[in-house]
Amino acid sequence: MKKTIFALAASAAALMTTGAMADGHAKTKACFIYIGPTGDFGWTYQHDQGRKSIEAAFGDKVETAYLENVPESAEAQRSIEKFARSGCNIIFTTSFNYMDPTNKAAGKHPDVKFEHATGYKREHPNISTYSSKFYQGRYIQGQIAAKMSKTGVAGYIASFPIPEVVRGINSFVLGAQSVNPDFKLKVVWVSTWFDPPKEADAAKALIDQGVDIITQHTDSTGPMQVAAERGIKAFGQASDMIKFGPKTQLTSIIDEWGPYYVSRVKAVMDGTWKQQDVWHGMADGNVVMAPYTNMPDEVAEAAKKTAAAIKDGSFEPFTGPITKQDGSVWLKEGEKAEVGTLLGMNFYVKGVDDKLPQ
Amino acid sequence: MDVWISIFISICAASTPLLLAATGELVVERSGVLNLGVEGMMIIGAVAGFSAAQATGNPYAGAVVAVFAGAVFSLLFAFLTLTLVANQVATGLALTILGLGLSGMIGEHFVGQPGIRMEALVLGLDAIFYISIALIGAVSWFLFRTRAGLMLRSVGDSHTSAHALGLNVIRIRYLAVMFGGACAGLGGAHLSLVYVPQWVEGMTAGRGWIALALVVFASWRPARLLVGAYLFGAVTIAQFHAQAVGVAIPPQFLTSLPYLATIIVLVLIARNRRLTMINTPAALGQPFVPDR
Repeated sequence: MKKTIFALAASAAALMTTGAMADGHAKTKACFIYIGPTGDFGWTYQHDQGRKSIEAAFGDKVETAYLENVPESAEAQRSIEKFARSGCNIIFTTSFNYMDPTNKAAGKHPDVKFEHATGYKREHPNISTYSSKFYQGRYIQGQIAAKMSKTGVAGYIASFPIPEVVRGINSFVLGAQSVNPDFKLKVVWVSTWFDPPKEADAAKALIDQGVDIITQHTDSTGPMQVAAERGIKAFGQASDMIKFGPKTQLTSIIDEWGPYYVSRVKAVMDGTWKQQDVWHGMADGNVVMAPYTNMPDEVAEAAKKTAAAIKDGSFEPFTGPITKQDGSVWLKEGEKAEVGTLLGMNFYVKGVDDKLPQ
Repeated sequence: MDVWISIFISICAASTPLLLAATGELVVERSGVLNLGVEGMMIIGAVAGFSAAQATGNPYAGAVVAVFAGAVFSLLFAFLTLTLVANQVATGLALTILGLGLSGMIGEHFVGQPGIRMEALVLGLDAIFYISIALIGAVSWFLFRTRAGLMLRSVGDSHTSAHALGLNVIRIRYLAVMFGGACAGLGGAHLSLVYVPQWVEGMTAGRGWIALALVVFASWRPARLLVGAYLFGAVTIAQFHAQAVGVAIPPQFLTSLPYLATIIVLVLIARNRRLTMINTPAALGQPFVPDR
C-alpha cells in the first residue's frame, strides 16, 4: 500500500516537472544559492540586488528563485540539486565552498547552466566561474588607512583563510606601505562570514589592542557600529554602510553583480551561453568605491587618483617589488603577479602582523 | 579607556544575551518542559525590540515590547505541547524555524537602518545587563527559597505526584514557558538594541542553542549557569585578544575554544553522576495528560 502511494506521488511529481519544463521554454528561470540571509546588508544582499536587476531587465520573460542561509555542507549539494531538478535554466552559487557541490551537480545536469562565484574549478562544460577584483579596492583602502591612522596600525576582521581573503589582506597592506613603509596590520579571524555580535567583539578586541582603523572581510555592519561608538574610522564591506557610521566610514567596496547577472541570463535566453572564467574589476564597474568621506580633501584626491589608475589599467596593486612575509622576494621590480598565483594566494606579504592559518 | 575595563565590558556584553535566554530556559526545564525554540524566541525578541524602538524612538520601550513578544510567541509552544500534548522536541524545533522566518519577514523594512542604542547606565554597562544579573539571583531565590518555586520543581520532577497533590500542572508549566519566552525575548533585544543596534536576519547566529547547552552545563543550577555563561563569554573575548596580540596559536583552534571549554566542563560535571541525577528534572520532556 505504502509503495503504491509512493509510486503515485513520484509519477505526479514527474508530471509536474515535465509541465514546468514545457512551460519553462517561454520563461527563463534563474536561481540563486546564498550563504547568508538576503537581509545581511552585505555580501548576500548585494547578490540579491543582482537578482532583482535580472527581474528589472527582463520582466515577464524571467522567473527567479533563491535559497538563503545555505550552509557550505551537504545541505549545499541538496539545495543545488533541488534547483537543478525544479526547472532552473541557470543556477548561480554564490560562495567559495559551494565549489565542489556545484561541479558535481553540473556533471549530473548537463542541460542546466551553472555559475559559481569566487571559485576556480570548471570540471564540466556547463559551469562557469566568476569573481570580482575586490583587492583593487582594498589597495585604495590601505592607502587611505595609512594616511588617516595615528597609531600606524590597522585592524582586519577576517572570515576564513581562503585565497580571496588572503589576497584582500595583502593588497590592503601593500596599499598602506606605499604610504608608510612601517605600517602594521593586525588580523583577527572570526571563522564565520556572518555573525554581527561576534564581528563586533572582534572589532572591540582590535581597538583595545591599539588599532585606530577597522576594516573587515565579513558581511555585517557590526564592526562599523563599534568603530562609530569608539570614535575611530572604518571601511564598509560589500555595500555602502555609511548610514551605520556617518562620521566613521571612510569608503566602502561595493559589489555590483547586476551587469554580470543580466548578461549571463541574456546569454541563456539567446542560446549563446558558453563556459568562461571572468574576473572583473574596477574597470568593468563590478567593484565600485563608495564616496570618500570623513577624510581631508588631499587624502580623497589621492584615493581618486589611484582608483583612476587602476581603472585605466596603468596601475595594478600586485606589481613588484614585493617581499613575502618570510623575507623572500616574490615579485621583482616592475614584475606583475600571475593570475594563477593570485587566485591561489596562500602567503602573506611583509608587514602583516599575523601568522597565516594553514 | 583602560584596556582591562574595556575587556570586562566586552565580556559582559557577550555573556548577557546567553545568560538571559539560559535563565529562562532553566526555569522552563525545571518545570519539566523542554523548549528547543530558544533561538526562535530570541530572534523574535530581537526584531520586536528593534522595531518598537524605531517606532517609539525609545530603546527601553523596545526592550519591554521584546519581553512581551517573546512571551506571546512562547504561548504558541505552550498551547501545542501542554494543551494539545504535541511532541516537545518537534514543536520546539518548529518554533525556532518559525521564529527565524517570521522575524525575517517582520524585519524586512528595517534592514539597512541603524538602530537606537540603549546607552550605558553605570560603569559602562546597560540596563539589560543589570537586569540579567538581578534575574539570575531572583530565579535562584525563587526556585529554592519560595513555596511557589518548590511547586514548580515538584511539577518538573513528577507531574503525576504534583497533580495528585492538587497542583495545577498545566497552569504552572504555562507560566514557566512564558517566563522562558520573556527572558529569551529580552536576550534577543540585548543583541539588537545594545550589542549591535541594528536588525539583520539571523542575527542571533545560534546563541539560542548555546543557551540551551548552558542549561545542561549548569546542571539546572542558577549559580552554575552564571559561571557558565561568563566562562563562555570570557573565552570568546579572550581568544580575539590573543589573536590581536599575535599569539602563535592557530585561530581555528582559538575560535573553537569557547565550545571546547564548555564540553570539557560538561564532561567533568557528568563524572559526578549522583549530583547530576539530583538536579535533573525527572519529568523533563515527558508529556502530561491529566486523567479526568
